[in-house]
Amino acid sequence: MTAIAPALEDTASGIDLGAHADGHHDTQSKVTLGFWIYLMSDCIIFACLFATFSVLRHATAGGPDGREIFDLPYVAVETGCLLVSSFTYGLAMLAMNRDDRSWTMGWLVVTMLLGMTFVGMEIHEFAGLVAKGFGPDRSGFLSAFFTLVGTHGLHVTAGIIWMMVMMGHLMRRGLTEANRTRLMCLSLFWHFLDVIWIGVFTVVYLMGVAH
Amino acid sequence: MSGLYGMARRRNWLRRTRNIALLGAIAPLLGGCHYALLDPAGPIGQDELNIIYLATGLMLLVVVPVIVLTLLFAWRYRASNTKATYRPEWSHSGKIEVVIWSIPAIIVAILGYVTWTTSHTLDPYRPIASANKPVEVEVASLNWKWLFIYPQLGIATVNELAFPVDTPVEFRLTSSRVMNAFFIPRLGTQIYTMAGMQTRLSLMADRVGTYQGMSSNFSGDGFSTMRFAAKAMSAKDFGAWVEKVRASHEALTLSAYRKLAKPSENLPVEHYATVAPHLFHDILNLCTDGQTCIDAQHMARRMTSHGHEMAMAKRPHTLAHGS
Amino acid sequence: MFGKLTLAAIPYQNPIILGAVAFMVICVIAVLALVTYFRFWSTLWNDWLTSVDHKRIGVMYIVLATIMLLRGFADALMMRLQQALASAGGPGYLPPEHFDQVFTAHGVIMIFFMAMPFIVGLMNVVVPMQIGARDVAFPYMNSLSFWLTVAGAILVNLSLGIGDFAKTGWLAYPPLSELHMSPGVGVDYYIWSLQIAGIGTLLGGVNMITTILRMRAPGMTLMRMPIFTWTSLCSNMLIVAAFPALTATLAMLSLDRYLGMHFFTAGSGGNPMMYINLIWIWGHPEVYILVLPCFGVYSEVVATFSGKPLFGYTSMVYATVCITVLSFMVWLHHFFTMGSGADVNAFFGIMTMIIAVPTGVKIFNWLFTIYRGRLRFEPPVLWTLGFMVTFTIGGMTGVLMAVPPADFVLHNSLFLIAHFHNAIIGGVVFGVMAGMNYWFPKAFGFKLDPFWGKVSFWCWIIGFYVAFMPLYALGLMGMTRRLDTPHNPIWHTYLVVAMIGAVIIFLGILAELVQIAVSLRNREVLRDVTGDPWQGRTLEWATSSPPAYYNFPTTPIVTARDAFWDMKQRGVAMQPLGTYHQIHMPRNTATGLIIAGFATVLGFALIWHIWWLAGATFVVAFGVAIGKSFDEDRDYYVPVEEIERTEKRYFAQLPSEG
Repeated sequence: MTAIAPALEDTASGIDLGAHADGHHDTQSKVTLGFWIYLMSDCIIFACLFATFSVLRHATAGGPDGREIFDLPYVAVETGCLLVSSFTYGLAMLAMNRDDRSWTMGWLVVTMLLGMTFVGMEIHEFAGLVAKGFGPDRSGFLSAFFTLVGTHGLHVTAGIIWMMVMMGHLMRRGLTEANRTRLMCLSLFWHFLDVIWIGVFTVVYLMGVAH
Repeated sequence: MSGLYGMARRRNWLRRTRNIALLGAIAPLLGGCHYALLDPAGPIGQDELNIIYLATGLMLLVVVPVIVLTLLFAWRYRASNTKATYRPEWSHSGKIEVVIWSIPAIIVAILGYVTWTTSHTLDPYRPIASANKPVEVEVASLNWKWLFIYPQLGIATVNELAFPVDTPVEFRLTSSRVMNAFFIPRLGTQIYTMAGMQTRLSLMADRVGTYQGMSSNFSGDGFSTMRFAAKAMSAKDFGAWVEKVRASHEALTLSAYRKLAKPSENLPVEHYATVAPHLFHDILNLCTDGQTCIDAQHMARRMTSHGHEMAMAKRPHTLAHGS
Repeated sequence: MFGKLTLAAIPYQNPIILGAVAFMVICVIAVLALVTYFRFWSTLWNDWLTSVDHKRIGVMYIVLATIMLLRGFADALMMRLQQALASAGGPGYLPPEHFDQVFTAHGVIMIFFMAMPFIVGLMNVVVPMQIGARDVAFPYMNSLSFWLTVAGAILVNLSLGIGDFAKTGWLAYPPLSELHMSPGVGVDYYIWSLQIAGIGTLLGGVNMITTILRMRAPGMTLMRMPIFTWTSLCSNMLIVAAFPALTATLAMLSLDRYLGMHFFTAGSGGNPMMYINLIWIWGHPEVYILVLPCFGVYSEVVATFSGKPLFGYTSMVYATVCITVLSFMVWLHHFFTMGSGADVNAFFGIMTMIIAVPTGVKIFNWLFTIYRGRLRFEPPVLWTLGFMVTFTIGGMTGVLMAVPPADFVLHNSLFLIAHFHNAIIGGVVFGVMAGMNYWFPKAFGFKLDPFWGKVSFWCWIIGFYVAFMPLYALGLMGMTRRLDTPHNPIWHTYLVVAMIGAVIIFLGILAELVQIAVSLRNREVLRDVTGDPWQGRTLEWATSSPPAYYNFPTTPIVTARDAFWDMKQRGVAMQPLGTYHQIHMPRNTATGLIIAGFATVLGFALIWHIWWLAGATFVVAFGVAIGKSFDEDRDYYVPVEEIERTEKRYFAQLPSEG
């Protein structure tokens, strides 16, 4: 599914086939709307995974439950990374609006590093669980946990790759209309992942430990 | 008890409404006995048939006019018929709009009422009111045959289900692996059998006879062969049948069950005089091969307020052997 | 090196499959040879395969749908023959493991690779023109969507000759579809073909919604949109809302199968019921995804051929929106027999019935459109009338099964099979046939031959009743679906009649192919020079047939609901303009085709556990998509002279009536 993001972003080419006035504003509005619609459909994927997780929350099949495997302070640091990265992405957008390419790229790098830290920590958490024998094949609960959290992680990874591609675009062409639209979509994507993570943190980790 | 009384009353009401249902007249045309669903042998099937007649009749009240009007209008307003009125700009009429929204709405409102009440009265989990003490049967669908355990009698059969006529039969059902559906068309309601889960069903026959039972949910290569005979007998014949089963000397031990549960097709009818203790519980909890039972894994949890009881931790004492 | 793939995967010991494979291979070779013989390769590549023109992509969707119709129908004939033979006693000619694949493939192919591409194809051809646009919002993505659908279709058909297909029924319920019960590659073929095609469908949905919401001609407010555009909008909203559920569900099933997870396994905490719920959350809206655009087709056809505006446009729109919303609240009616409890069953039953209200309103609206009109009995009208009669019956049996206690005896019986074929053939197939006959002259510049169109219609409708009325009867006799050996001799006669019906339908399909061939031969006689062969009412008829690739030389201005009819009334339709402006258009690209090509190999590699190949193709497909984003040269301006030349040619051939 994550392949969709670049495919859509890719259409921010400046082609306008609209009936009304030629102009890049129109293209941008189409791409942004299209990307919104895509995000809504992605949201439904997460909704299914959340629903599944809720159904399987207690299906531990004799294995561990959330309380036994979640390390809240660790996840809090992870969450912090992602939240701050949303903020730094916002700074990148501000720089873009100032037509400041270097700072745009600079903040993108910071965002990327924070994103990588997040993904790295998540991989570490997963590896630790698998090493203890609590892999996704242990129980329905763990399947749902790994899949929900992992799907979010894959999205973040796709976002990071997208940022790398954007660095290439910015270096080649600078802050063109097409690239601004792309950064705008990526911004939507990145904040969307933040919102999803807040759901994950609450439903999976906080409620998992509290239960 | 008032609920049961209500159901009986509802059934009378349904019987009466059947007479006004239009399709009632067509039933004999369809040739009776070939049509299992139109010739029910028990009250559940009868009620369901009445609902089919009633609902179809109600809908035909609007379906027939629509079809007739379609053909009539198409013919009347054909292009070559220059005598017919032509109003090329006419496309709105408040009066017609009100009528065309309200006719289907009224029909659906009536049907909705019927749906609500009959969903409750004919809930498969609801016990059937009867003076006779219900017979309990535990049903497990195996690949590809049916296992019936009589917990009150301590006997079991494969691919043959017998029960006394005019006596409610209370089924508790599960599956060893794949999902199936337990269905005796002439008695009515079918229900899924699912591994690790238990469903319930109450049926009753009011006529002596042998009825075809089957799986109605596709379950793999041997699905077509998953048939059984459902025999509604007089109380006396049923007693004799039980004695015959007891005389078989076959024992359904755990190891015999494991052998039985292996995939096979077209198994002949099998009678078991004794059954391993808690066999149905173990099938339900997926622990016939010595695994930890699901209930022992502290999974006891009700999925919905009513429906699927994930295998329950409490061992049903009715399973106790020989009771 | 090749994962699970060995030579043993080729079923050379089975003459039936081998024959089918040989037939398909011969067909493919014959097509390739013809293309080579007529030196058609460069036209094919430049004007079709790499095209981003919505009309051509739409036509290619319909070609795919037609081919898959033949494949899916072959499965149907095989099933009917098997049941007719076996009910006479004996095993018939198909062993269960083959029969099970046949009915699974029939369902999967007919829904995903016949009905869906047909609908999407019609929407692609028509919607941009109906709203006065030059293409869809994202033309390159449109091409990618199409080729991903083809990728899925290729995978399904590969399963015929390499390995086998799922033996689970078209929705692959676990635990039957889990690894321990279906250890072969069949379910994996099922999963990956649907995943890949599903992504294409989802992207197409995003594309179409954006197109409709952002690219309408000036003056075309929402309540001036043609009904087909309205129903397409709703259908695509359903696609975007429902297909992610399918993606997620199949992804979880594949995690169970590939990584030993426990979403839907029986035991270890898995919950197969959850799959059944999730898949129907997609599955029921899917029915409306298919049928809503067909309702749109009927609306256009009835209005056009009655020479009147559609009766009750506003209530038609509201009815469509009602259906769209309600379609997400009825999924549980597919499994009342799961024992969910009376309240839950009754709720979903009543919600299902409520859908019958807006649907009934639609039927009445069509009726009153005919009322006091001048109905011309062209083939699209025949399909529409056939639909109104047939679908009403199908709707009735559907509402009947929405009453839980009735469903308790009818569920999973042949009554159910008869019902949904009644709704899908009567609703969707008749709809796409009406649509094809109606819009064919727009797409190709000549009408379809009406005689063979009528032959096809009569074969279909007679065949339908002969094939499916016995199934209603068999359902009432207690015959369940998916039986490879129906064991009751009383059923035999009915099954033989049903088989005869299927053969009559097959004649209808052949007549349709003959119709296309005959029309192609007589195209000069059937030529549509005006661009408005049916006295149309909506904007697609306001341009030449076939339209220039830019659709409209100048953007039409909309001032009323039936925009083109209004233009004709005001005398401004089909008038040459003095001056034109250059037009901004997208360049053709092979990127979509290339990505989908790699996606096909990726799917194949995943099915056969060829991990290195899967990794490589995934990286390459992703890389191609990213690389494409660096390509800045993807659009151009059509010079004014070219537009003038094209338009002059069109106006020159218009009959001069002054």
